[in-house]
Amino acid sequence: MDFYTLIAQIINGLQTGSVYALVALGYSMVYGIIMLLNFAHGDIIMVGAYVVYYSIASFALPPLLAVILAVIMCTILGVAIEKVAYTPLRSAPRLSLLITAIGISFLLENGAQLLFGADQKSMSPMVKGGFSMGSVGISYAAVVTIVVSVIAMTALTILVNKTKMGKAMRAVSEDMGAAQLMGISLNRTISFTFAIGSALAGIGSALYLCAYPQSSPTMGSMLGIKAFVAAVLGGIGSIPGAMIGGFAIGILEALVAAAHLSMWKDAVVFFVLIIVLLFKPTGILGKKIQEKV
Amino acid sequence: MGRILTVDDINVYYGSIHAIKGISFYVDEGEIVTLIGANGAGKSTTLNTISGLLRSKTGDIHFLDESIAKASAHSIVSKGLSMVPEGRRIFLRLTVEENLEMGAYTRPKSEIKESMDQAFELFPRLLERRKQIAGTLSGGEQQMLAMARAMMAHPKLIMLDEPSMGLAPIFVDHIFDIIKSLHKNGATILLVEQNAQAALSVASRAYVLETGSIVKTGSGKELMNDPVIKKAYLGA
Repeated sequence: MDFYTLIAQIINGLQTGSVYALVALGYSMVYGIIMLLNFAHGDIIMVGAYVVYYSIASFALPPLLAVILAVIMCTILGVAIEKVAYTPLRSAPRLSLLITAIGISFLLENGAQLLFGADQKSMSPMVKGGFSMGSVGISYAAVVTIVVSVIAMTALTILVNKTKMGKAMRAVSEDMGAAQLMGISLNRTISFTFAIGSALAGIGSALYLCAYPQSSPTMGSMLGIKAFVAAVLGGIGSIPGAMIGGFAIGILEALVAAAHLSMWKDAVVFFVLIIVLLFKPTGILGKKIQEKV
Repeated sequence: MGRILTVDDINVYYGSIHAIKGISFYVDEGEIVTLIGANGAGKSTTLNTISGLLRSKTGDIHFLDESIAKASAHSIVSKGLSMVPEGRRIFLRLTVEENLEMGAYTRPKSEIKESMDQAFELFPRLLERRKQIAGTLSGGEQQMLAMARAMMAHPKLIMLDEPSMGLAPIFVDHIFDIIKSLHKNGATILLVEQNAQAALSVASRAYVLETGSIVKTGSGKELMNDPVIKKAYLGA
């Protein structure tokens, strides 16, 4: 593999990595606040992808409008799932919550199959063309994906660290009881977290379509699991961790592909998960669990 | 002096365990009222029920002019009732300043700066550490932060749950000095303590809790001189 191929592959990796990172953020934020591995999160991306597809293919909306629509739909869907399925289980054992999440995931996948059919829907790419820098070809899709993700992640970081709602989210994720004693409403804060996570998933679904312009009812499951691995690798519950984990998994996959081992791509990702769980279960930036006195 | 808090015949259960057995008491404006009792007597359970984290099966809790027995914990705070929970429960991963901002969560942004300055005046140690992550503070500093955080809500009644727990004796004295100065500034305080000696010495009135029931009440002085209390709680 020569140097230029390597650069090109790293850019590819950053492109898919951006999508993983956006999706991983949703996993990590939700886990951080209610200790739930929200396995329905990947399927929200699938719904977002269908919204983009139908907006463009059936209603001929401009791509940007389609993307905005997808973000809005994902946000509403995420909050609705939280309200209907997870809120009633707030004080139930975490396992009940996990099983409910898996149930919601099946519901969304099968619902999509019923509504949209089991076949893949292909669309023409939203972002076409590219340019070359020296001997490295770079697609505009990659540039758009990386730029949009970086903007979204920067906005999220500011939101979480600087705003009142962001600080409340961190307070709730650390100690729900004490947060209530500050006058913070759990319902509002948790719904807000789902809204943000789902909106990021909506952006992720549009960016995913830039790379692979087709939707299918089960597209969210592999993407979701990869993003979940990214979240664990970075340290679940950690926002910068999810970003680092996403990019790391994306680049890793691209390098495996560059070494002509594409068939092993998924296996390598899960191998990394196993290694992380064995040697550093808290992930790269994972927080140690604080003892409460 | 108006009545601030009336607790009327509350019963609290943990599953099948009857933790609070029909207790009633009140707090008037400007008082320091203390609940003393052994570990497991139901002191913290009582405070957690008043603050809305637990529910009573019977009776009523009145704060100012309304019943708060069914209000959510976060809405009770905005009515003017704050609690410093047992074990401090500050946000260890937030900075000192962010902890104080969370304390003022229910208040308009424009008033926060002034309250924060007041908090730093009362706890100069926190000013030095305002940008530090709260988890790096010592136990005594964490207790100060927990109290300052509760004051940020400008409460009409502040409930302190075991503020001296786990602190070195020198810090215990310091915390009780702060309680006295809060009181001098007009705060109304409901104090729960295992350190009965210290609690009774600052209290206007006191209630003694034993296994979920109030067994004795009187002024701080009266109870300090009560032979039974002396024997059971004051180690005399």
